[in-house]
Amino acid sequence: MIGIVSYLVFFASIVLILGIIALGLNLQWGYTGLFNAGIVGFYAVGAYAHAILTAAPRPELIGNFGLPWIVGVAGAMAATALAAWAVGWATIRLRGDYLAISTFGIAVSIQLVTLNWEALTGGSQGLSAIPRPLFGWFQTPFGFNLWFFGLLVAITATVYWGLERILRAPWGRVLKAIREDETAAEALGKSPRAFRLQAFVLGSTLMGLAGALYVSFIGFVSPFDFMPILTFQIWAMVIVGGSGNNRGALLGALVVWAIWSASGVAITKLVPPAHAAQGGAVQVILIGLLLLLALLLRPRGLIGEESVVSRHANDPDPLGKS
Amino acid sequence: MPELSFLLAQVPQAVADGVLTGAIVALGAIGVSFGLQILRFANFAHSELLTWGAYLALVVVAFAGPGTPIGPLSFGWQLIAAMLLAALLTGGLAFAMDLVIFRRLRAKNANPLSMVFAGFGAALVMRNVVVLLWGPGTYFYTNELQIAVEVLPGVRMLPDQIFILGFTFAVVVLLHLYLRYSRTGMAMRAMAESPALALACGVKVENVVRWTWFLSGALAAMAGVFLGLSPQLHPEMGFNLLLSLFAAAILGGAGSLVGAVVGGLLVGLAENLPILVISPGYKAAMPFLLLMLVLFVRPQGLFGERS
Repeated sequence: MIGIVSYLVFFASIVLILGIIALGLNLQWGYTGLFNAGIVGFYAVGAYAHAILTAAPRPELIGNFGLPWIVGVAGAMAATALAAWAVGWATIRLRGDYLAISTFGIAVSIQLVTLNWEALTGGSQGLSAIPRPLFGWFQTPFGFNLWFFGLLVAITATVYWGLERILRAPWGRVLKAIREDETAAEALGKSPRAFRLQAFVLGSTLMGLAGALYVSFIGFVSPFDFMPILTFQIWAMVIVGGSGNNRGALLGALVVWAIWSASGVAITKLVPPAHAAQGGAVQVILIGLLLLLALLLRPRGLIGEESVVSRHANDPDPLGKS
Repeated sequence: MPELSFLLAQVPQAVADGVLTGAIVALGAIGVSFGLQILRFANFAHSELLTWGAYLALVVVAFAGPGTPIGPLSFGWQLIAAMLLAALLTGGLAFAMDLVIFRRLRAKNANPLSMVFAGFGAALVMRNVVVLLWGPGTYFYTNELQIAVEVLPGVRMLPDQIFILGFTFAVVVLLHLYLRYSRTGMAMRAMAESPALALACGVKVENVVRWTWFLSGALAAMAGVFLGLSPQLHPEMGFNLLLSLFAAAILGGAGSLVGAVVGGLLVGLAENLPILVISPGYKAAMPFLLLMLVLFVRPQGLFGERS
């Protein structure tokens, strides 16, 4: 019994971490129409930045500063924001698919850095002994997992609440206006480039936050945690859940991760170990088909975009004239 | 830090390696470049057409055998025939991709980014079907050994590599003549310049689109076979080249044949020259750095026109 509960807590924690990334992508794609093909790269920047700042010192490494957890989280978000700004600044003014190509490129390059810059990233060995927040307070790993799950719930709720706030504010409506009709928005004096860049950087920062949370949950980081498939999974989550809807992004994270985990279990049970690679391929093909079918048959996803209007729209006297 | 004279002595060989990589990248990038300009989206599934082309040729070779080597080459006429057959089949595969996925999205007037996205999904499926059918391991077209010949002082190349360069050159010249003088070629160039104007002039847009897919697929297959010759096939062979293909197409200028070729060569050089001084582990990041440089300085590319 405790085994099942323990697994469910672990599963739910991963769903929440992926859900934060999906919220970030939803801000970029669902609300602003920006194509980020390098999600895993930004996630990795956050994860490594956190690891480098907080891990216990080791003489052969440049980083591993042993700083407090919260500094690691803040540093991870700052590093990701900087990376996103550098890519976005150059490419957001260009055609939409150039951003896709550039973000794809940055993800590839970041993976190379994680593998090759051994003095900073530990190379293929990765970095270990990353402190888990308040780990010492708990007698069992399950106790820690439960506490961390609570922490993740609080953080995800805060992110969700914050996004809902800003997206219902004028800022969010400008994003949608730009997505729907750039010229019209520009004619109203809004700079599409500035708003897009803000949305892109903010979305990527959330991916960096998720990266920091992931490593402080697992306590270990290596380049193999950041395979390109993650980008596809997050895309599937946002599209399946319904782009342009934050509840959809979170629902998509749950549904897609459940399908992924269940198909993984089914394949390890059914496919002989000698054909593990083929089994893995089937799992990935499922995600690919899920993406294509959602796109062709149900582009609005499970929930679909909600029409967001000003929260003052239903006021009896919206302009407060009387 | 190696000594400068030692470093300089290695430059000619690095340039030769760069040109060779560049030729293969160029063949693949032509399709990407046409895609960007005529189909109006960045096709992330293009790299999988290279992989499929290479594996389809492998199937033919498995039946026909690689043949008795012609002269110093490692393969016989059978491989060349297999490549041409694979080009036809891969062209058909690209065409089928359009039929099943992209044409439907066009019919719905979908956002061009939905196309990018569908390409992403298609790439994922195609790459993993290769793993499913042929397994995750590597294959070789032939087991013949080759001896490198010294083509210039300090520059050694395998006979196969010289063949690849010559064949690529011939394909590019033929393609150039085709685009310049044939009706379909002209229609393709017209579409690349202005779809609305081409439509007004009576160009059958859907035909041009289909033909573009077929041609991109066929060229990708040739690039894939050459990639498989130097030296092996594996399921990620195309995917690993994707960034180089995009960098070459954008560097040259979307929609330009000459641009794609020059872009391909520059990408090849950018991959091979810096590794004389930095770790080869970063080779794969070079196309990205080149791409970012182009997007900062001249986003329309060397031979493209500012839109």
